[in-house]
Amino acid sequence: MDFTLSHEQQLIVETVRSFVERELYPHELEVERTDRVTPELAKNIKRKALEAGLYAANMPEALGGGGLDAVSMALMERELGRASMALQMLVARPSNILQACEGEQIDEYLLPTIRGERLECLAMTEPGAGSDLRSMSTRADADGDDYVINGTKHFISHADLADYVVLFAATGEEQTARGPKKKITAFLVDKGIEGFSVRDGYHSVSHRGYHNSILEFDDCRVPASKVLGDVHCGFDVANEWLSATRLQIAAMCVGRGQRALELCTEWAANRRQFGQPIGRFQGTSFKLADMAMELKAAELMTLETAWRLDRGTMRDEDAAMAKLYATEMLARLTDDAVQIFGGMGLMDELPLERLWRDARVERIWEGTSEIQRHIISRALLRPHES
Amino acid sequence: MKILVAVKRVIDYNVKVRVKADGSGVETSNVKMSMNPFDEIAVEEALRLKEAGTAEEIVAVSMGIDRCQETIRTALAMGADRGILVQTEEELEPLAVAKLLKALVERESPGLVIVGKQAIDGDHSETGQMLAAILGWPQGTFASKLEFETDSVNVTREVDGGLEIVKLKLPAVITTDLRLNEPRFASLPNIMKAKKKPMETLTPAELGVDVTPRVTVVEVVEPPKRKAGIRVESVQALVEKLRNEAKVI
Repeated sequence: MDFTLSHEQQLIVETVRSFVERELYPHELEVERTDRVTPELAKNIKRKALEAGLYAANMPEALGGGGLDAVSMALMERELGRASMALQMLVARPSNILQACEGEQIDEYLLPTIRGERLECLAMTEPGAGSDLRSMSTRADADGDDYVINGTKHFISHADLADYVVLFAATGEEQTARGPKKKITAFLVDKGIEGFSVRDGYHSVSHRGYHNSILEFDDCRVPASKVLGDVHCGFDVANEWLSATRLQIAAMCVGRGQRALELCTEWAANRRQFGQPIGRFQGTSFKLADMAMELKAAELMTLETAWRLDRGTMRDEDAAMAKLYATEMLARLTDDAVQIFGGMGLMDELPLERLWRDARVERIWEGTSEIQRHIISRALLRPHES
Repeated sequence: MKILVAVKRVIDYNVKVRVKADGSGVETSNVKMSMNPFDEIAVEEALRLKEAGTAEEIVAVSMGIDRCQETIRTALAMGADRGILVQTEEELEPLAVAKLLKALVERESPGLVIVGKQAIDGDHSETGQMLAAILGWPQGTFASKLEFETDSVNVTREVDGGLEIVKLKLPAVITTDLRLNEPRFASLPNIMKAKKKPMETLTPAELGVDVTPRVTVVEVVEPPKRKAGIRVESVQALVEKLRNEAKVI
């Protein structure tokens, strides 16, 4: 086994790290306190990301993206993950699902998104459909050559900034042995069209400045040309292209964990109580050792899963394990990190309290920890079931 | 014009340097190595000159062990056109580096050589000056601004008490100071392209340069630990200590 990074990968890590430290860190406190990224700042960061060729690094080179493989991408996500979500998402990694675009959709959606002229968001979750996505009630009814969409989506990340949405809606129902099952279709829907409105969502404890919205569709009419992938095959399109998202979460958690551990190590080596650095007390040093060990395990799982993705051998349970372990690791690590810092760990002058708050959502979105455990155990048990 | 830029592989500026247990030098195994920051500034300046149309080609040069290739690749990823590694296991002193650079200048005939004002490991600040001397070229050291004319360059130098501007006839040697520019990120497309850029490997023997060290390092030790300060009771006591103990007044 060879775990050596290529020189290109090392340079990518260095470039992204410098970008994060130079262009993102300095604005973190302001974003946390004001809960917003000013349009000027967003524009600036995006321009610099485009200049450095970091924008759309996940997209194929032939389409104008960076063409990074999954391992390089995981390394990049790890470094970007160190900074606050609201800032690092400006170095956009367009959703891979856009690669399902066909015909005119390519020029209208995919390519301008890679160039940074358009921004997408993904709408699946509904007030009544969280982990049980297939129970969604947003529906798109065929009407001649059009579809008429009705329903409500919520928790839709950065829909306030996006100018179009990849919408998942029910387009029918089929009878299965286990009862009726909804057929889901993905649509590309532009913001600003009649019958589609976006309003402010809720205020989250995690990822300040990175907002969620509520999308409402009221007899919103879109032509059949806006169907992404095939009709009734929305989940197939999602499964084909969105598996990397769990890996992305895992990688970002590793980066954040590394940042928290670096802060803690420095503090433990220099903060003196009872006449010696607190790192000399086992109460602190053993915590550091566990943090480092779990971090390493999460990183290895993440990179191995990315390596599998590159080789086409990644299974659902691989991504689930990486996401589950990395997110739960980050929760433990940031909690211990705050403990090591004592009172200072809770003050927003340091990034620790943010890392601790931000860690919470990671166990919930992109599939809760329970859903990940379900995926892993299902893969274990299925071969043994009659 | 062709520009030759020298890039040195040094311990990363963020690393806390540790002295080897036997006192023979500093620990470099399992330590993050990077391009000398002043050399990054040299590469950046060369890139800007190329973008401004003053230069056509940038050749990045490094000297030392095989892994110095990585430092050259970093320069190529920033945008330099090709690289030359002078490979040797020998510990290179500034004079040896200057002689090797002179040999490369004779091979490449650049119109300008840009090097960092010093490397952050040895802190010699000698190579650029020695190179200019043995080439018989003018030198503009500690440059904070360059302005080119047809066959000359005005170099703004930061000196005690202000700025000094010297006019050098080309070809010339420039050494970079911190405020010359802010180096760019190696962009993702350039990182990907770097591997395909040509890199030549030479040896000191091929260049006809004897790099045998002339200086022997006797011992390397950590700086003495600073003693904790003390509190004095009164101004009189402070003055007394400054006069008799510290002997500064």
